[in-house]
Amino acid sequence: MGSLTKDKFLFWLYTFFVLLILGFAIFAPWLAPYDPYDAVMRQSLQAPSDEHLFGTDKLGRDCLSRIIYGARTSLMMTLSLVAVITVVGTFIGVLAGYMGGKVDTVLMRIVDMMLAFPGIVLAIAIAGMLGGNIVNAILALAAVSWTKYARLGRSLTLKLRQRDFIAAAVTSGSKPLHILWRHILPNILPTIVVTASMDIGTMIMELAGLSFLGFGAQPPTPEWGLMLNEGRQHIQTAPWLMLYPGAAILIVVTIFNLWGDSLRDIMDPQRAN
Amino acid sequence: MKGKELVHRLMQMLITLFGVSLLTFSLMYLSPGDPVEMLLEVADTIVSEETIAETRAQLGLDKPFHVQYFRWLAGVLQGDMGMSYSAKMPVADRLWQSLPGTMVLAASATVTMLLISVPCGILSAVYRNRPLDYLIRGISFLGVSMPSFWVGLILLYVLGLKLRLFPIAGGEVSFDRMVLPTLTLAIAMAAKYTRQVRTAVLEELGQEYITGARIRGVPMHKILWRHVLPNACLPLITLLGLQIGWLLGGVAVIEMVFSWPGLGKMAVHAIEMRDYPLVQGFVLWIAVLYMGINLLVDISYTYLDPRLKKGGC
Repeated sequence: MGSLTKDKFLFWLYTFFVLLILGFAIFAPWLAPYDPYDAVMRQSLQAPSDEHLFGTDKLGRDCLSRIIYGARTSLMMTLSLVAVITVVGTFIGVLAGYMGGKVDTVLMRIVDMMLAFPGIVLAIAIAGMLGGNIVNAILALAAVSWTKYARLGRSLTLKLRQRDFIAAAVTSGSKPLHILWRHILPNILPTIVVTASMDIGTMIMELAGLSFLGFGAQPPTPEWGLMLNEGRQHIQTAPWLMLYPGAAILIVVTIFNLWGDSLRDIMDPQRAN
Repeated sequence: MKGKELVHRLMQMLITLFGVSLLTFSLMYLSPGDPVEMLLEVADTIVSEETIAETRAQLGLDKPFHVQYFRWLAGVLQGDMGMSYSAKMPVADRLWQSLPGTMVLAASATVTMLLISVPCGILSAVYRNRPLDYLIRGISFLGVSMPSFWVGLILLYVLGLKLRLFPIAGGEVSFDRMVLPTLTLAIAMAAKYTRQVRTAVLEELGQEYITGARIRGVPMHKILWRHVLPNACLPLITLLGLQIGWLLGGVAVIEMVFSWPGLGKMAVHAIEMRDYPLVQGFVLWIAVLYMGINLLVDISYTYLDPRLKKGGC
């Protein structure tokens, strides 16, 4: 199969780019030319130059350094968010699917209720009401996004429950927790991981959106959405302030989206075409 | 959709509304901000402990949670959504004030989005794996990865500031002020929808009866108009309903970018001011709007899909 080798090649290529972004985030202190918090008022709103490649903001902070540190903020927020919704959502879904009965009905009613409502509107309300900060923004998006994984975890578990090896495990006296942990989870994990990887890009954008509204990261944290919000006020005099953070989001989201798609393609070659 | 089903759906909507309102209400109860302090800070008066306590009692905020919630719920059921703290007017009036701005924007964005994505999606599917398809898919992939508020800022900068084609800051609702926010929202939605149109059309094109028609020598445009599009319509309407759900949230961010006088901008301001009744009213309205649209989508199915009309399956 030529297409599978091509898919694998693409996957490793995008993995390389993902690692590159992670590298930027991890090694920010060594890569950034300046301290992202260092305000030099004499150098306020300077256009991009050799000294400051991406210019400086209103407080004279180096924009490039803030964008590099912003990768840290963004990725930390996003990865915690995706981890939370994957674990919580899958847990609830698997529980509902395996237990069935009343537990299932109640849990799925809650999921249906959440799905019958535009999530981002609720997330804005939750984040704003709890008070704008990074943790609350993550909580807000987690509160509206776990449902997808609950649905997925449930339907996968329901399919598995019919299989003979589960019946065999039950008859041979395995405890439910053991079955869930050893038999159900390993089998549904690939699908969950692929879905989660495809969600990363969207979550980066939604978190940046909350920060842009002032309901996420707070100043002076270097965060791309927040930087765009700060740059918006100087759009006339300092357009670089809104150009580069947005471009950073675009590049990082594109790479994660490509990576997620390519992961799906190698895990499930049938669905690729 | 039959009468019984409709009643069932409406009941479900009511339960959802109840749940959503309970959720937002408890959030407000848990929220660290104090609306009374915000209110009095703005009024710029000397605030004594007594005034704070008095205002709190006036607004009913000193009561326990369930009393506050049921008082509010009783009001809503009688058509009274309470008074907005910051706007000093009934919540319903404030919502009516902001509704037209958002509705006009949402409608024009949806129409623009359809005008972009339906032709692009069809072209992309018909010319599958040819340069045009790759181009459209590439652009839509890029569009999906762009934060809408950034697209808005770029449009604002290029078309508004540099080329001076459109006024930059909002104000009243008018056509030339509407162009940029409409484009921004339409671009974000079209990026996703074009892909969905492509998939839906491809799925139809892969059916055997299409191959049959092509073998019989039916021209491609006839196949498209007579067979593919009517059949691809159904899933696309469902997806459109979902897009509108995104739109209701996305519009909040975009209204902030363009200072557009609509529900979203009002809501962000209300949240910042801890104007609980207004936030509560906003969430409720969005819920009703969204569920109403989805109900319409499902009802339209009954008319578009003859299989459902006869009461089969």
